Amino acid sequence: MAKVTIDGVEIEVEDGSTILQAARKIGGHVVPPAMCYYGPLKGSGGKCRVCLVKVTQGSTKDPRPMPKLVASCITQVQDGMVVENSTNENVLTARKGIVEMLLINHPLDCPVCDQAGECNLQDLSFEHGVSATRYEEERRTFNKVDLGPYIQLHMTRCILCYRCVYTADQIAGKRVHGVLGRGDTAEIGTYIENVVDQDFSGNVIDVCPVGALTDKTFRFKNRVWFTKPLDAHRNCPTCSGKVSLWTRGNQVLRVTARKDKYNEVEEFICNTCRFDKKEMSDWTIEGPRHIDRGSVISANHYELPVVNVPIVPNLPKSIRTSLQKN
Amino acid sequence: MGIKILTEHINVLGIEKLEVYRKHGGYRSVEKALKTMTPEEVVEEVKTAGLRGRGGAGFPAGMKWSFLAKPEGVPRYLVCNADESEPGTFKDRYFMERTPHSLIEGMITSSYALGANTSYIYIRGELMFILRILEKAIAEAYAAGLLGKNILGSGYDLDLHVHPGGGAYICGEETALLESLEGKRGNPRNKPPFPAVKGLFASPTVVNNVETISSVPWIVNNTGAEYAKIGVGRSTGTKMISASGNINNPGVYEIELGVPVEEFIYSDEYCGGIWKGRELKAVVPGGSSVPILPKELILKTAAGEHRLMSYESLSEGGFVTGSMMGSGAFIVFDEEQCIVRNTWNYARFYHHESCGQCSPCREGTGWMEKVLHRIEHGHGHQQDIDLLVSVAKQIEGNTICPLGDAAAWPVAAAIRHFRDEFEWHIRYPKEATAQGAVYRGQLTTVEV
Repeated sequence: MAKVTIDGVEIEVEDGSTILQAARKIGGHVVPPAMCYYGPLKGSGGKCRVCLVKVTQGSTKDPRPMPKLVASCITQVQDGMVVENSTNENVLTARKGIVEMLLINHPLDCPVCDQAGECNLQDLSFEHGVSATRYEEERRTFNKVDLGPYIQLHMTRCILCYRCVYTADQIAGKRVHGVLGRGDTAEIGTYIENVVDQDFSGNVIDVCPVGALTDKTFRFKNRVWFTKPLDAHRNCPTCSGKVSLWTRGNQVLRVTARKDKYNEVEEFICNTCRFDKKEMSDWTIEGPRHIDRGSVISANHYELPVVNVPIVPNLPKSIRTSLQKN
Repeated sequence: MGIKILTEHINVLGIEKLEVYRKHGGYRSVEKALKTMTPEEVVEEVKTAGLRGRGGAGFPAGMKWSFLAKPEGVPRYLVCNADESEPGTFKDRYFMERTPHSLIEGMITSSYALGANTSYIYIRGELMFILRILEKAIAEAYAAGLLGKNILGSGYDLDLHVHPGGGAYICGEETALLESLEGKRGNPRNKPPFPAVKGLFASPTVVNNVETISSVPWIVNNTGAEYAKIGVGRSTGTKMISASGNINNPGVYEIELGVPVEEFIYSDEYCGGIWKGRELKAVVPGGSSVPILPKELILKTAAGEHRLMSYESLSEGGFVTGSMMGSGAFIVFDEEQCIVRNTWNYARFYHHESCGQCSPCREGTGWMEKVLHRIEHGHGHQQDIDLLVSVAKQIEGNTICPLGDAAAWPVAAAIRHFRDEFEWHIRYPKEATAQGAVYRGQLTTVEV
């Protein structure tokens, strides 16, 4: 076990865990943002650089501070480490700079983007960005790549976090897409036109922090903050079948995996559950899903269906009665 | 001229052939090391020699070697970084082209010191013809029993392979090089783990520059203490300098570290002065990624001492009034050269070569290039200069590998030392973009 102090809060974590994991254990304001690190995916992290923190004391044995800011998602904790995140001016300045870098080539087409409302980049720029841009040049654009009937790729929105590449490698298998080119012309693509349709390939939509990979079956159907999330499950032969349904009225508009407050998937789901089961009758409803994220969804009326039970269809009787009691 | 370690026999006819090379004392170090020394003794000698990495960072090679992890049952690798792509650097290419056996001899001795049984020379893709020269030399060495099983009857085995890259600058960064050598996309890895613990094929690996490895035979032959006597202070030994730009005699020079910069530029032994009788304007002393220095600061340090060609002296004054030794690419600018255009050219290179893995470098290099392009072509605004400084600062130190720093430093340094010139370009776009227009202090002399 190693004792670390992050922003003055002390916590004991297992050896080998990273600063980011330790910070998440504490929770709240000491948690650095993360755009490319994704817990369930091995090897992810270190690329977006928004999770940079200052290590003011390396460890009890070697108390020297680390010379540069380090990426908290890949730096392992040492016993006696002291880390500054939101209390360090340099960290916040660097983070502001990196958010600016992420945004200069982002199209900022949130009004027509399906991800708006649950977008990590929106949250990040709201928290750490500035309202004006100093970039006057043309934003970069890409040729359209068609990934098949289920997944929509908007390369202009991509921040190259590599999460979808790791997902295809580790979850879906038989990866056909990857990063092509280099520098700011690097793009996600399938070198020779190819369909991304492996059993679990739909998960790339869930792991994407921005609106670069979205669900074609949900495309332009609705804004996420108008839809109600429900926990539901079905007997699925390929995956656990535990999903979140995003509904409006009696209509299932979208099916996603269940995500925690850091947007990390609890259990990956298969394409059949995600794209083909769009009827209420396909699912056993468990109840409303609690969304614990600092985004427009949770700030809005997300918990409303809990109070207004009749508008949630197919709610199991047990839950209905328990909710009515409250 | 001072002592020659690497280029002593470089002009001997047929030195690329094994027998000629042996006649001139080649492969003596292999015999000495393998038959009379233990690997630890060789490492000790290199440590005493104080040999510093010649690739750019100047990290002591002996130290790097002693950091190598030595777990049981795991192979260790030595990789020679011959992916020389820094603009202005051409010393390794010249060296390998002329005396391929020197590098091979260094590889054998160094691999023995590190206990590596397989070693690689990772060569830049553009240097295909040198790859052929090296492969021919390696075949000769195999035939002579200097490579392969049981070298010279000592019981030590070594296989040496040459591997060409695809010509990407980023593959000169050691972890990107290892990725590329493994057959993957050349993206730098996150550190730690360092290559000394987990490098090539997840085994302990040492990556050294061509020049560093080629210096080892001399150290083994003549002891490290002898080597440490050459040079000045902690900059021991000799260094090959690729001199280019507006000088009378561009080329590769092997110098004893500690030669005064003034002597290096103006002496007929080396650069031979500025061409066409012009005045010196600025020097980039270590390859495109190190800060540029104006005439006053390159000849003398801010404290008024003569600047020497050594790691310490060139970096004296930090990045405010100093620069870096880097890879030893000495680029000289005469008074007719435009610093803005040159900075744009460098920025364009780094924009093109950024691997695109981490965001500050991917987006920032392109941004800087576009702004510099605008200034150079007469569309700049006054606030652009501060914008460049701030973008450079946002990149520096926040990236995975040093390419971000390398892209940010030249821009920041050019503005630090030649701000007037940038301002002139922005204020008088018509004059500045006219053909052959050069800033000659108009802002300070005419206007004020």
